[in-house]
Amino acid sequence: MDQVPILKIGQTLFVSIQIDLQDESVMLLQEDLAAELAATAATGVIIDITAVEIVDSFIGRMLATIGSISRLFDAETVIVGMRPAVAITLTELGLSLKGVRTALNAEKGLALLNGRG
Amino acid sequence: MDELPIRSGDDVVRVRQHVRNAAASSGLSLVDQTKLVTAASELARNTLIHGGGGVARVEVVKSVNGRAGIKLYFADEGPGIADVNLALTDGWSSGTGLGLGLSGSRRLVDEFELTSEPGAGTSVVVVKWSR
Repeated sequence: MDQVPILKIGQTLFVSIQIDLQDESVMLLQEDLAAELAATAATGVIIDITAVEIVDSFIGRMLATIGSISRLFDAETVIVGMRPAVAITLTELGLSLKGVRTALNAEKGLALLNGRG
Repeated sequence: MDELPIRSGDDVVRVRQHVRNAAASSGLSLVDQTKLVTAASELARNTLIHGGGGVARVEVVKSVNGRAGIKLYFADEGPGIADVNLALTDGWSSGTGLGLGLSGSRRLVDEFELTSEPGAGTSVVVVKWSR
């Protein structure tokens, strides 16, 4: 099983998903992020899904859960880089990713976290 | 026709990759490929989690009017589904999920057929046609 690396830059945790996600990897990411948020007191999380070819109901639910967990650590999560085909499919699947903010790219996501979005 | 086992999370990823390659070489658009692969991911996960594992078959098919398509077949020998209509309802879930797996994947494909009986396993056949 592959692990997704988490980078800390300033007060923000960056996660760029570059692998074909299997369920266990997503759960591991959730745990790693919670541990990292507790250890670093980061105030923002950016999850880059530019390379992610599909988001199904499980991965979608996990992304939303990461948003909820982050809020418990007083941090905001922004999902960035969603592919158009993924957005269309997610909507048709019936998943709205409620409670998670999205931005077009990492730069806009960071601006959103810094209150300039 | 290719047959793939579904016994682990890694197998679910392999099914997705296989479906993606088949859909791309059959000329499905990027959006249709994504929809089919997403549906395959939902159905393969169901086979693994609810059916206790099973198989997936991926087949390239042609319609009567010559359009190319991909037909997917998922089968398990799990406990089966007591009420198929209920299982296909948005938001209905047997576990901790969102209840979008079956109903959602039906919306993502052109043809969807689910056969199940309590104690006799579940099979799902879906088809996505190129436009």
